[in-house]
Amino acid sequence: MALLEVEHLDVRFPLRHGEIRAVRDVSFALERGERLGVVGESGAGKSALAFSLLKLLSRPGYIAGGHVRFEGRELTTLSDRQLRRIRGNRVAMIFQDPLTTLNPVLTIGRQMTESLKAHRRVSERRARAIALHKLRQVQVSSPEQRFEQYPHQLSGGLCQRVVIAIALLLDPDIIIADEPTTALDVTTQAEIIALLTQLCDKHNVGLIVISHDLGVIGQLTQRLLVMYAGRIVEQGPTREIINDAQHPYTQGLINALPQMTLPRQRLAQIPGNMPSLARVPDGCAFHPRCRYRFTPQGRLRQACVEQVPEAVSSGGSQVACHWVRELITTVPIEEETT
Amino acid sequence: MIMFLMRRLCQAVLVMFIISVIGFAIQGGLGDPVQQRLGPAATEAEATTLRHSLGLDDPLWVQYLAFANDALHLDFGHSYFFHEPALGVIARYLPATLELVAASAVLTLLLSVPMGVFCAIRPRNWLSQTLMGLSVIGISVPVFLTAMVLIQIFSIGIQVTLFPADSGWGHWLNQLFSIEGGMPAYGRGNPIHVVGVWYTNFASLQGLLYLLLPALSLALVMLPLFVRLIHAEMLEVLETDYVKYARARGLRPSRIYFLHALKSTLLPVVTLGGVQIGTLVAYTLLTETVFQWPGAGLMFLDAIERADMPLVVAYLVVVGLLFVVINTLVDLLYRMLNPRVTLSGRAA
Repeated sequence: MALLEVEHLDVRFPLRHGEIRAVRDVSFALERGERLGVVGESGAGKSALAFSLLKLLSRPGYIAGGHVRFEGRELTTLSDRQLRRIRGNRVAMIFQDPLTTLNPVLTIGRQMTESLKAHRRVSERRARAIALHKLRQVQVSSPEQRFEQYPHQLSGGLCQRVVIAIALLLDPDIIIADEPTTALDVTTQAEIIALLTQLCDKHNVGLIVISHDLGVIGQLTQRLLVMYAGRIVEQGPTREIINDAQHPYTQGLINALPQMTLPRQRLAQIPGNMPSLARVPDGCAFHPRCRYRFTPQGRLRQACVEQVPEAVSSGGSQVACHWVRELITTVPIEEETT
Repeated sequence: MIMFLMRRLCQAVLVMFIISVIGFAIQGGLGDPVQQRLGPAATEAEATTLRHSLGLDDPLWVQYLAFANDALHLDFGHSYFFHEPALGVIARYLPATLELVAASAVLTLLLSVPMGVFCAIRPRNWLSQTLMGLSVIGISVPVFLTAMVLIQIFSIGIQVTLFPADSGWGHWLNQLFSIEGGMPAYGRGNPIHVVGVWYTNFASLQGLLYLLLPALSLALVMLPLFVRLIHAEMLEVLETDYVKYARARGLRPSRIYFLHALKSTLLPVVTLGGVQIGTLVAYTLLTETVFQWPGAGLMFLDAIERADMPLVVAYLVVVGLLFVVINTLVDLLYRMLNPRVTLSGRAA
C-alpha cells in the first residue's frame, strides 16, 4: 500500500456562471520518501489538486468525487476536527510566497511553537528548543535572534527556510509544496531546492512539488505528473519524461524551454492558450492546440474531438493521448469520413 | 520611543497654539467687556480709563501673549456665572463626561468585536445578516433619536425594572436603588465621592444603572460603524495566505480567528477608535442634553447660552488637550499591535 493514494479525484468550484472543474479524474500514488512533481501551466488545476488533498480548498471549492487515502485512511470523508490532527502534523504544506504565508503580526518563534503545541503536549521551553533545532537544520543563521523577529525583518529566502522548518517541525510523512520557489530569485531558488531534496532524503519524507517550472521539477523530483485542463495527461519517471516526452503537450512544454547549447533562435511555443476550466473542449482537452489531431493525410482524428483519451503505457510512462495509442498499437483510430 | 514622544510633544504644542488662537479670537469677539462693566451711563473718559487698565487698548498680539501666559498658568479667568476659576468648574464637570465616554467605549468594544467577528466567520447565518442590516440603519440614526427611543422603551413604555416589581422584595430592592418606574433616564443619581472633585458612577449598582441608558445610546452611535469595519476587515484577513496557512498547520479555529485573524483586523479598528473617542466626547453634548447628564458637555452648552466666555474657552482648550493625549496613546497602542510600524514613522 502506498503512503498516499489518490483515485479518480474530482474537484469543482460552483460559480454563478457555471461550474469550474479544476481537477478531473486524477489518480496517482506516492510512496514513502518519494518525490513527486506536478507540472502544468497556470490554471491547469495544480494548486486545486494540492489543496484538495487536505481539504483546504477555498470556498466554494469542494471534492465532488474520488478518494484520497493516507496510510489507507480515507481523508475525503473526515471531519474538520479529524483532519486537523493530520494537517501540519503528518502532512505539512509549503506555500508559494513566504512573505505572505507567515503572519506579519506574530513572531517567527510564536508561529513555530504554536504549530508544535497544536499537535503535541510540550512545554514552552521544549517547543522553543525543537524550533531552534529545526531552524538550524534549514541553515538559518543566528536562530535565537530570528526566533524573536517578525517575518518582515527577514528576506524572502530566509522566510521560506522558516516555512520549511515549520513543515519539518513535527516530522511529517509528506510535505506538499505549492510553487515553493516561484516567489524567490534564481540563486535562492537553487539553495531552497537543494535544501528540500536533502532534508526529504534525510528524514525519508514524501514530497509533492507543484510547479510550472520544469527546471525546478527536474531537479527536485523522481516522478512527474503533467496536468492539462484539470487532467493528468502524462505521468512517469521525471528523467524519462524530460528526455523523451510522449504526450504532444509535454513535448511542447519541453520544447519551449530555452536551450543554451543551441544557436540563438526563436523560442518554441505551443499555439493558442490553455482553455478556461469553465469551458474545456470536448474530447481531448488539448486537441485545439495539438498538431497531431490531423492524420498524416490531413484528416481530423474523430477520436481527438469526441473522446477523452484513456491513459496507455508507453515507455515507462502513462500517457493519455489518442495519437500515442495509435503509434503503440498501430491500430489506426477512426478517421473522419467525408 | 523618546524621539516619538518628542515629536508628539512638538505637534501637541502646535495644536494647542492653534486652539488657543481660536479661543482667544472667540473671547475677543463677543460683546464689549467695558460697556458690560460700566453700564450705559458711563462717560467716555471712564471707559477709556477702564479700557486702559484692562489692557484692551494694547495691540492684539500683546493681548494674545497675556492670554497665552495666563493659560499656561492654568488661568482662564473667572466664570461669569459661577464666580470661580473656569478650570475649576470644568474639573468638577469633566469626570461625569469621561465616565460616560469610558463606559460607552467599553460597551462599544465589548459588543462590536464579537459581533463583527461572528458576522465575518458565519456570513450566511441569519443573525449575521440581521446584524449587518441593522448596522446600516444604526449608522444613519442620530444619537438624540436613539436616546429618546431608549428612554421611551426602558423608562416610560414598558418600564423595565431590574427586579420584578410585583414581588415584595423586588419592589423593595427597586426602591433601595431608586429605580422604580423604569430605568433611570435623568441625571447621575447619587454618584459616590472618590477624591477631590471626582464623584463616580462606577462604584455602586445604582450608579451603573443610571449610567446604563446614556452610555448605551452613546455606544449605539459608534457600534454600527465598528461592527461594519471589523466585519469588512475580518473578511479580508480571512482570505489571506497566512490564515490559510494557519489552517494547513492544523491550528484550532478559535486560535485562527481570535489570534491570527483578529490581531490584523484590529489595526484599522484601533486607528478609527482613536479618532472616534474624540468624536464621542463631542457627541456627549447631545447625549448629556437628552439625559440631563451633568457633564462637561451640558456645562458647555449652558456656558454658551450664558455667554460665559472664560468657561467656553477653557472647555475648548481642555478638550483639545484631551484629543492630543488620546491620539498619542492610540499611536502607542498601534505600535504594540503592528510590528511593521516604527514610531518614527518609517517602515522597518
